[in-house]
Amino acid sequence: MIYHQVVVVGGGLAGLRAAIQAVETQLDVAVISRVHPVRSHSVAAQGGINAALGNAPEGADDSPEKHAFDTIKGSDYLADQDAVEIMTREAPERVIEMEHWGCPFSRTDEGRIAQRPFGGAGYPRTCYASDKTGHALLHTVYQQCLKQDVKVYEEWSVVRLVIEDGECLGVIALNLVTGELEAFQAEAVIFGTGGAGRVYNNSSNNIINTGSGMAIAYKAGIPLKDLEFVQFHPTTLATNNVLVTEGARGEGGYLVNNKGERFMKRYAPNAMELGPRDIVARSIQTEINEGRGFEGRYVHLDLRHLGRERILERLPAIRDIAISFAGVDPISEPIPVQPGQHYFMGGIDCNSDGETRATGFFAAGECACVSVHGANRLGGNSLLETIVFGKRAGDKAAAYVKGKEKTRAGGKALAAALRETEAEIDQLLGADGEENPADLRDEMRRVMFEKVGLFREEKQMKEALEKIRELKDRAKRIRISYKGRRYNLDLACSLELEGMLLMAEVICCGAIERKESRGSHYRVDYRERDDENWLKHTLAYYTPDGPRLDFKEVTITKYEPQARRY
Amino acid sequence: MQKITLNVYRFDPDLDQEPYWKSYELPGREGVTVLEVLFEVLEHHDGSLAFRYSCREAICGACAMYINGSHRLACKTQVSHLGRVLWVSPLPHMRVIKDLVVDMDPFFEKYKLIKPYLLSNSKPPEKERYQSPDERRYIDEMISCILCGSCYSSCPSVWTGEHYLGPAALMWAYRFTADGRDEGDAERLNLTAQEGGLWRCHTIFNCTEACPKNINLTHSIQQLKKKAAARVLGGK
Repeated sequence: MIYHQVVVVGGGLAGLRAAIQAVETQLDVAVISRVHPVRSHSVAAQGGINAALGNAPEGADDSPEKHAFDTIKGSDYLADQDAVEIMTREAPERVIEMEHWGCPFSRTDEGRIAQRPFGGAGYPRTCYASDKTGHALLHTVYQQCLKQDVKVYEEWSVVRLVIEDGECLGVIALNLVTGELEAFQAEAVIFGTGGAGRVYNNSSNNIINTGSGMAIAYKAGIPLKDLEFVQFHPTTLATNNVLVTEGARGEGGYLVNNKGERFMKRYAPNAMELGPRDIVARSIQTEINEGRGFEGRYVHLDLRHLGRERILERLPAIRDIAISFAGVDPISEPIPVQPGQHYFMGGIDCNSDGETRATGFFAAGECACVSVHGANRLGGNSLLETIVFGKRAGDKAAAYVKGKEKTRAGGKALAAALRETEAEIDQLLGADGEENPADLRDEMRRVMFEKVGLFREEKQMKEALEKIRELKDRAKRIRISYKGRRYNLDLACSLELEGMLLMAEVICCGAIERKESRGSHYRVDYRERDDENWLKHTLAYYTPDGPRLDFKEVTITKYEPQARRY
Repeated sequence: MQKITLNVYRFDPDLDQEPYWKSYELPGREGVTVLEVLFEVLEHHDGSLAFRYSCREAICGACAMYINGSHRLACKTQVSHLGRVLWVSPLPHMRVIKDLVVDMDPFFEKYKLIKPYLLSNSKPPEKERYQSPDERRYIDEMISCILCGSCYSSCPSVWTGEHYLGPAALMWAYRFTADGRDEGDAERLNLTAQEGGLWRCHTIFNCTEACPKNINLTHSIQQLKKKAAARVLGGK
C-alpha cells in the first residue's frame, strides 16, 4: 500500500493546479495520471481563457459582474449563480498568476495580455496564446509542478474509489506498465479526471476521455449532476472532428452554407457567428438537415478574408490541423466543419470548494459539476474553471487534511477493495466471452450521437436507453484477447468500457426525464424552456438497476431568468 | 482502396529474447492515419500490441515513433503519403518498455534539470508583466514544443553520451533565457554550459529534421552557445 496525504487523480490543468496548491502547504502530495501530464486533454484547448481584464480597448469597462451575467445567460440560467460569481471574481487573479508563472500569452501592442471576442460574451474577454492556449497553460502548470517537485505516478489508471461510512479512504490504481494493482491510501483524494466525450461518436476529445473518473465516483455512491447536458461544439473538422476553435470566429471567420449565405443571420441576427455554442451548433445542423450543407454533412468556415498574416499569427494551429487532417489550407480555401461532441457541463456533484458528499473526496474541472456552466458552457470558461476550482479544491483539501484529528484506520477496507478489484481483473482476463469490447463501444458511440445528440425526442432516446442496456448486458461477456499484464491496452480499454456505458445510461435517463429544452438539451417534443418545472439540477445515484434520479434547487443570486436572445 | 501491409516492431521484455517484426494485412481507407491503423490492429487483430496515444491531433506528443525511416507522430501521418507498406518501430536509441512504448524518463529528467520555468527574484507586479508582441513572437516557435522526444531520439550526441542534456532540454533553456521576463540566465548557463551540456551539440541538425512541430532546435542551441561564450569573453 502506498500512502500520501493528498492523492490527486488526473494530470490535466485542474488536477495539477490542485496539486500545486496542496504542495504549497507542505503536505505530501502525489498525482496519479493515466498519461504523462502534458498528454492530458487540457493540452488540446485552443481559443483561450476568460477573465475580465479589460485589456482590449473595446473591453475597457468589462467587469467580473458582466462576465458573470454572460456566463449565467449562456448557461440558460441553470448555473448556480453564487459559484459563477466566485469564478468570474477570481478569474483575473488566476490568469495573472499564470502569466507570472511564465505562461506565454499573446500580447497587445502595449505588451499586456491580449484578449479576443468569443461566443456569447459581450466583451473581448478571452485571453489567449495564439490558438494553443491549453498547451501553453498546461505546460506552464506542469513546469510549476517540476519546480515544486510534485510526485507523479505516470501511466497509472485509477479503477476504484474507496469510501467507507461517508469518508474517502483512497483509491485502487492499475500500473499500466507492469499491470500490477496497487492501493493508495490518502487523507484526501481530489479528482480532476476530465470528461466523458468519447461516449459519443464525432467527439473533439482526446481518445483517453472516457469519463472513467466520473464513473468510478458514481459507482462509489457519489451522485452525478446534470449529465444530460452535453455540449456539441459548432465547428469540428468534418473529416475527424478535431476542434476548430471558436477563436476562428472570434477573429472574424464566417459560417457559410452551400448557397454562399452567412446563415447565422437567421438564428442570431446580432451575435451572428459569435452566438453561444448550443445555438450555433443547432443552426449549423439545421442548415445541413435542410439540404444547405455540403455533401449532406458539413458547412464552410471561411477565414480567407482575414488574410494570410492574421491567420499565421493568430490561428497557426488551426491552419496546421486543416492542412494535416482535411487537406485544406484556410488561407486559400474554406474549412469543412460540422458540430461534434465537445464537453460535459455535468459531472460529479460538488460545491465551489470541490467538496462532495463524501468527506475527504473532492472534484474539480470537467469531471466536476459545481455548477458554473449550467445547460451550456461559454467558450473560454472551461480552462478558467480548471484553474479557479482546481486551486480552491486544493486549498480546501489541504485545510481538511490539516484539521483532521486522526486518520481513519482505512487499511483494511483498502486491502479488501484491492483484493476484490484483483479478482475482477483476473476474471476479466480469464473470461472467454464472444463480445469484442471495441465493437460494443462503437455501437454505444453511434447510438448516443444519433439519438441523444443535438436534437432529442422521447422515442429515440428510449431506443437509445434500451440499446445501452443491451450493451451493458453484452459487456458481461467480453473477450480480452491478450492475457498478459504488461502494458495491456486491451485490458485498460475494457475496464473503461463499463464506466462509459454507465455514463451513457445516466445521460439517457436524465435526458428522457427532463421534459423541456434548455441550453444544449434541445427536445423537439418540448421546444421551450420550462422554469416552473425544470429550473433544477438533475442528480443521478448509482443502483445496480440503473440510475435513481433526484433533483436539486438552482442557486439564484441576482440574475432572474429571462428569455435568451442573441 | 488497396490493402496495406503494416510491419510493426514487437518486443515484450517479459516474454521475448529479442525484438522481431510482425506483419498485418489490413484494408486501406481514405484519410486513414498510422495511429488509426495501430488501433485497427489492437482492437480487431492483436490485443497484445502496445503504443502510446492521447490527443490524435498532434498537440500532446504521446505518439512519436519511427515510421518508414523518419521520426513522425503516428496521429498526424497519413498512410497514403507513405505508400502501401508501413514499417513502424519505437523511437530509436531509447529503452523499449513494450513494442512501440519507450522509456521517456531520461528525457524528462533532463528537461527538469535545466529548470524549465520562469526564474525571477523580483516580486511580480500586481498585474501582468509587460512583454512586447515582438518579444513574444521571438519565442513562438520554441513554445510549440510538445515534448514528444523525437529530437532526443534522433541526436547522435545523445546516442553516445549518456549525460548529454539533448536538444529539447537545451532548446527550453534558451526559450527561458530569451524571455525578457526571466532572470535566470546565469543559473541556466551554469546548468547547460558544462560537461554533457550544449558544447556537445555538433550542429548535425538531426533534431531539427526530426521535429514534428518544425522547430529549429539547432538554432536555439547555437544561440545559447553564443550567450555562454559571451559570458566568458565579454560582449553580447
